Amino acid sequence: MQQTTQQDAPGAGARLLTFILRLALPIAILAIAFMVMLAGFNFLRAGDAPKWLVVLVAIAWGVGGVAALYWIFNWIVERMGDPWVGRLQPFVFVGPAAAMLIWFLALPVLRTFWISLFNRDGPPEGWLNWSDLGGSFAALGERFVGLNNYIAVFTDRLMLEAFRNNIMWIVFGATLTVVFGLLIAVLADRSGFERIGKSAIFLPMAISFVGAGVIWNFIYEVRPVDAPQIGLLNALVVAAGGQPQPFPAWTAIAPWNNLFLILIVIWLQTGYAMVLFSAALKGIPGDLLEAGRVDGANEVQIFFRIMVPYIMGTIITVSTTVLIFTLKIFDVVWVMTGGQFGTDVIATQFYRQSFTARNSGYGSAIAIVLLIAIIPVMIYNLKQFREQEAF
Amino acid sequence: MASLERQQRMGKLLVNGALLFLVLLWTIPTLGLFVSSFRTREAIQTSGWWNIFPHRAYVTLEDQTINPREAGLDPTGPMLVGGGEVTFEELREGFQAPDGRYYVWVGNRRIGRIEVQERRWTVDWDFTTSNYSQVLSGKDFEYKRPDGSIEIIPGDDFVSAFLNSLAVAVPATVIPILVAAFAAYGFAWMRFPGRRLLFILVVALLVVPLQIALVPILRDFRSLQLNGTFLAMWMAHTGFGLPLATYLLFNYISTLPRETLESAFIDGASHFTVFRRLILPLSVPALASFAIFQFLWVWNDYLVALIFLGGNPETKVITQRLADIVGSRGNDWHLLTAGAFLTMLLPMIVFFSLQRFFIRGLLAGSVKG
Repeated sequence: MQQTTQQDAPGAGARLLTFILRLALPIAILAIAFMVMLAGFNFLRAGDAPKWLVVLVAIAWGVGGVAALYWIFNWIVERMGDPWVGRLQPFVFVGPAAAMLIWFLALPVLRTFWISLFNRDGPPEGWLNWSDLGGSFAALGERFVGLNNYIAVFTDRLMLEAFRNNIMWIVFGATLTVVFGLLIAVLADRSGFERIGKSAIFLPMAISFVGAGVIWNFIYEVRPVDAPQIGLLNALVVAAGGQPQPFPAWTAIAPWNNLFLILIVIWLQTGYAMVLFSAALKGIPGDLLEAGRVDGANEVQIFFRIMVPYIMGTIITVSTTVLIFTLKIFDVVWVMTGGQFGTDVIATQFYRQSFTARNSGYGSAIAIVLLIAIIPVMIYNLKQFREQEAF
Repeated sequence: MASLERQQRMGKLLVNGALLFLVLLWTIPTLGLFVSSFRTREAIQTSGWWNIFPHRAYVTLEDQTINPREAGLDPTGPMLVGGGEVTFEELREGFQAPDGRYYVWVGNRRIGRIEVQERRWTVDWDFTTSNYSQVLSGKDFEYKRPDGSIEIIPGDDFVSAFLNSLAVAVPATVIPILVAAFAAYGFAWMRFPGRRLLFILVVALLVVPLQIALVPILRDFRSLQLNGTFLAMWMAHTGFGLPLATYLLFNYISTLPRETLESAFIDGASHFTVFRRLILPLSVPALASFAIFQFLWVWNDYLVALIFLGGNPETKVITQRLADIVGSRGNDWHLLTAGAFLTMLLPMIVFFSLQRFFIRGLLAGSVKG
């Protein structure tokens, strides 16, 4: 409240009104946006227009509607006169974003934690009845299981398998993505076809996980021993005199069959690491490298003694991003194996428990465990944010 | 000095060779998919896609086909074919003759013929676009099996899925950018209580996994009767994309030159006017780079669509449709490859035409929840 109170020191009534309006504005913007869009949707659904027209109208409706709302609310606030503009306008600007963030991400953390304390049905909806508090809490108590879901998460055989697989994803997937990204960035920097080479490595970033799943399923495709192999990998195996194998489903080598899924994500994500490393490498001053060469260092020494320390900040950023990414991995596993053959990960277990088995308490506990695993990164980010600027 | 020069040339060769190898390794999977999507159903099922490259294989020599009766061959006993003795049973299995050719008896013992095959350099260039028309259309497709019977295959209606993806992805890209741009301007150029706290919230939420929100938001949408609508998808993607959008746009907008804005304020412009007339046009590079980021993310998303759009075939987006074929007809490679390529088409166009902005977004970016 620093600035407004210093300016005009409003009375208690005005302050209360300010507070209420500040809170009400974003909610009003969102609520009206919501209702307008819903009305439009019901109108569209009732009609029998061709699909492309519906899509076009929906796009214009959604985008235009949101823009118009900001405009209208700003217009109202600007008509309210001087002290009110300063007090309320920031909330027209920031409010909707803040409300969305709180609704879609901040509150769900608490709500998911709350649900995770209950059995498979979750807490009864609308359980709090002020006229019958005892009865409400009894209904709540029936489903309350405390931390039992968390005990189950850390003892269930399938969950332990998922944890093991996620560790493999991090150890192999994240590490190799960073290593390949760095290697390719260094190579491309000195090669004669940097642009084309980088584009080719980067291209998979534009491909969806489902699409990548199809691409790699086709590479891993297996045919009977006497038929010609149409999957590239098995064709190579047979050409080398081996036996064709159903690679991701090859349970005989479990848990190493996970590597065939991890390979896909390395293929997808290396481009990201490469782009960041490439930009960082270009930022190394030329005289620094030159000085190293004059002192007689060979290229390997220059790489480890000069380049790597210089771009350490980028290496940390890329590593944490890729780490979080592999921790949350879902689509690839879900499309390739559905979590069978010992390839389950935390996110597939979460999906199966929450939406297939409809065990919302247990599923929510898994989501919370996933969040806890990511909290160190969050703390690191906040620390960086605090250090970098006087916000 | 000469040896140093040679050493440098060797180093150059090694670097280029290694990069070329990696580039090929990274390109081959996509190439295989692209090539296969244009091959016929039979070709995909019976031979590898790399057969489009010149390779040595047995080719039937049409004009050399032997009529056994005219050639005086008696299938009841051993026959002299291609310089070797062979029985009818062996010949029907296929016979590698001493003259290097390969002989096969086709048909029954009385009225059959002998086909002659020779190992030659050849390419399989029997391409078709029927895979695409089958996947794109919503109509049934008739497939004539080799034995003459007809199989009815339902089309996969990728056209409608493509339109659904557009209807989800365009607003789910523009709305968060708009909301985030207003917020970023507010954080950068306005003073209000709770400003710092709210921005710390933005930074903290950058890495929160969206899995945490799925169950509670699904409950909210159920009570608002929103499940299965595009509106639900727009809201979900806006909510999940906002932290990164706000953070990136704030980083950009807060570094815009102060003098420009201050002179505008002195001229009596309101915040809204400054935002619309000055900030938005100046921020186009940042807006574009986040737009590409968000568009690719939403277009390629599968999990959010799976949960908030659900199983209604009318509203399925393109990734869902592709995943459906993977699940139900995982061996129909002619459909899978064509479908997969269709899902990639738009992202690749966006990617190649706007690569510069995309890379700038990545460099400015951090991590997404």
